[in-house]
Amino acid sequence: MPQEIDINELRELLKKLKVEALENVEIEGDVEVELEFPAGVSNSFSYAIGQELAQIAAHLLNISQFLGYPAWSLAERKELEEGQIPVAQQIPATLVEEEFSVGHITEWKNKIVEVTLGATSSDGGTRKHTITIGGETALPYYFDAPMPNPNRVTLDVFDMPIQLAKTVRVNYEDVMHDPGEWAKKAVKEFGADMITIHLISTDPSIKDTSPAEASKTVEEVLQAVDVPIVIGGSGNPQKDPDVLEKAAEVAEGERCLLASASFNLDYVKIGEVAKKYNHVVLAWTQIDLNSQKELNRKLMKQCGLERDQIIIDPTTAALGYGLDYAYTNMERIRIAGLMGDDELSFPISSGTTNAWGAREAWMVSSPLEDDSDWGPREFRGPLWEIITGLTLALAGCDLFMMMHPTSVQVLKELTNTLFGSVKGNDTEISDWITRLVS
Amino acid sequence: MKVKSPLEVYQLLPKTNCGECGEPTCMAFASKLINRDAKLEDCIPLVKEDEEGYNKLAELLAPEVKEITIGVGERAVKIGGDDVLYRHQLTFFNPTALFYDVWDTMDMDELKERVSEIENFRKFYVGEFLTLDGIAIRSVSGDPEKFKETVKEVVEITDLPLVLCSFDPSVLKAGMEVASDRNPLIYGANKENWKEVLELVMKYDVPVTLCSFGDLNLLKSMAITFRGAGVEKLVLDPGTFPSGEKLRETFHNFLKLRRGAILEGQKEIAYPLMGVPATAWLVYEDELSASYWEAVLASLMIVKYGDILILHGTQPHSLLAEVHIRETIYTDPRTPVQVEAGIREIGEPDENSPVFVTTNFALTYYTVESDLSSNGIDCYLAVVNTDGIGVEAAVAGGQLTAQKIKETLDEFDFSKLSHRTVVIPGLAARVQGELEDLTGLKVFVGPQDSGRIPGWMEKNWPPEK
Ligand code: SF4
Repeated sequence: MPQEIDINELRELLKKLKVEALENVEIEGDVEVELEFPAGVSNSFSYAIGQELAQIAAHLLNISQFLGYPAWSLAERKELEEGQIPVAQQIPATLVEEEFSVGHITEWKNKIVEVTLGATSSDGGTRKHTITIGGETALPYYFDAPMPNPNRVTLDVFDMPIQLAKTVRVNYEDVMHDPGEWAKKAVKEFGADMITIHLISTDPSIKDTSPAEASKTVEEVLQAVDVPIVIGGSGNPQKDPDVLEKAAEVAEGERCLLASASFNLDYVKIGEVAKKYNHVVLAWTQIDLNSQKELNRKLMKQCGLERDQIIIDPTTAALGYGLDYAYTNMERIRIAGLMGDDELSFPISSGTTNAWGAREAWMVSSPLEDDSDWGPREFRGPLWEIITGLTLALAGCDLFMMMHPTSVQVLKELTNTLFGSVKGNDTEISDWITRLVS
Repeated sequence: MKVKSPLEVYQLLPKTNCGECGEPTCMAFASKLINRDAKLEDCIPLVKEDEEGYNKLAELLAPEVKEITIGVGERAVKIGGDDVLYRHQLTFFNPTALFYDVWDTMDMDELKERVSEIENFRKFYVGEFLTLDGIAIRSVSGDPEKFKETVKEVVEITDLPLVLCSFDPSVLKAGMEVASDRNPLIYGANKENWKEVLELVMKYDVPVTLCSFGDLNLLKSMAITFRGAGVEKLVLDPGTFPSGEKLRETFHNFLKLRRGAILEGQKEIAYPLMGVPATAWLVYEDELSASYWEAVLASLMIVKYGDILILHGTQPHSLLAEVHIRETIYTDPRTPVQVEAGIREIGEPDENSPVFVTTNFALTYYTVESDLSSNGIDCYLAVVNTDGIGVEAAVAGGQLTAQKIKETLDEFDFSKLSHRTVVIPGLAARVQGELEDLTGLKVFVGPQDSGRIPGWMEKNWPPEK
């Protein structure tokens, strides 16, 4: 089967192919070369003419194909006989068959503490279920080790009507005056695993509600719902320790999460209160791994808290407003915990609601003229909360304090899926290019 | 990269401290190379006089994951090139490239409009605009001519990098005929068509995506086969299953491939990874759910190791989330959190201009600064040292107190103003009283978001005497 290839044409093609193997081979003369391929370039033949020439033969086969010659039949050979040297072809006849595998991370030897929130009647509480978070021995959802406990979501409830982004507010407008009803709605309709009751009315610059008065709201919420609860103050560092003390007392035995102990208030008092009434402390620091270590250490050493009485909140910054720092800080804390730092091996909580502080979440439109249209804020807000949450979920966050029902639903669906509790749902994707229209 | 310490690099440099690279010493240059802050080509003596040393260093310094360019000219994008699994270990390089699709059954007007929407999208962030990277052209009709027409049209109207999507080699061939000078990414080669696609990418010397949905053995086999044929510009698509157990598996596949590449040095699969969050649209019927889930999948893949994504939804909420999460993950963590504290002048303030207070957290500062300057507000900006913490958190954490603000304002000469007032951020409202007591100034509480300063100014500035 003789084929004719013009030498110039050949040069051009070789250039395009970037054929390294041929770089040192000179093909001289403006002659037409006539190459005759025997039917089936045999291996013994290529052995005989030497590797270099065999490569040329292979390239030429290749080229002749580009030129439209039926060269495949030539290139394809049956079985390789043992000891024969294969022709180095440009387009191989078959795929190389290889297996892929990858190892596990051996440095992750330490287990994150498991912390249980809420207490049932058998443990002296009144909750219907308890919730346990933590216990990981790998980064979240990794294949190195199964995650023992799923992520959980606690929804915010306030002890008085407050300013909320409109997109959030519309969901709670009917219950804002009644924390008990608010809590019920969050559990029944929006799938909250827990409720966070924020006693913001205690702030001296808001209503200055007394700790005793405020703790009635805590009792109300405990009666309204049977899920574990988080008790938050107003953020006033002078008053919060007293508010949390009283609340902890009325909720004795319920194993609540007290939010929060930090270096800018009397954390010792909060730690001691938690110990006395058997609650869990949320240890809050501001995107600073070392101060998180120090606070955790002090809560254990100074206040005598057990390891399973600490959950940490290393601060959540919203998407676009420092989430990069929050994410990396959390990931570093979790990796340090897994690698053996027992001052950091605690479950992590995120104030995911901070996402609503981002202007992209709540502003009607961009304040900057040069921005493209932002679209309706009703769509932006929940997504901002979701993406902020899921990013931190990937860093190791266990518990999410959230606000918007859609955000809760999507984040739960995603984290449950990655956790492995969502089965089935095989979508055929092999034809996505054509199946995906409009 | 194969080297860990500057010393190893130093050993292979000329050690003359000639300074041609712009660094005072070879050791300083070596440190920069290790941090990937300098290019080896900048050591001119090495390039010119020591080919062997250069080659050796170039190999040692090459990133673990291959870097690939799609497109040509200014808008070309690079993908891959990473060296670490966690951003705090160095930084991630080459932000995930975001490609949005068009298809060959669109009518021409629709096509033009969508391309221009993708090309012109922009979102301001810290002194620059976040934008999208390219267009993925899908063959839906299966007709090579139709695809060719669409590609031709897109090539005419935009310089954006392209991905040509079809599993039919004759369609891809037709597309390449009109896009060969644009260095598009071919999508893609699979178990059935790989020979013809290999032939095509060899002919045009363009990057190609290898597709093996859910089967990493096959993916690796294809990568080795292509590499063996001299094709190095590879992108791997292990499949993006949009929901359920397979989504979990998808996540694992991304982790496995990148761990293999970076931690275990498995060169065979050390290529950029492609995700296709567009598959969310195969599951969810309503537009809102689909757009949400697409943004969710995109975020998942941006956080964990996707180097290039093909997306379908262009709803503004998804685009905003996507460009921001990409910025989040790819911002260099080595850049400082703080800007310098002190009093800044924005625009050309005079004696009647207001004095605003903010924190020295870089993000807060740049946001406020751009809101003020882009709205043409001439003013003074008092930047308080809050240890790089934003307003709300700094008020809660005690880094933004009346005392701290006073210390910053002490640097300022109020006698040059016609008023004695300052404006504090709405989120710092609680320090108002104390600040007035400490400074004797009239303290206004500004809006909670600096984007609302223009509106606030209309109502409140100049202050009533
Ligand atoms: S150019 Fe090269 S030889 Fe000269 S100082 Fe820089 S690293 Fe050293």
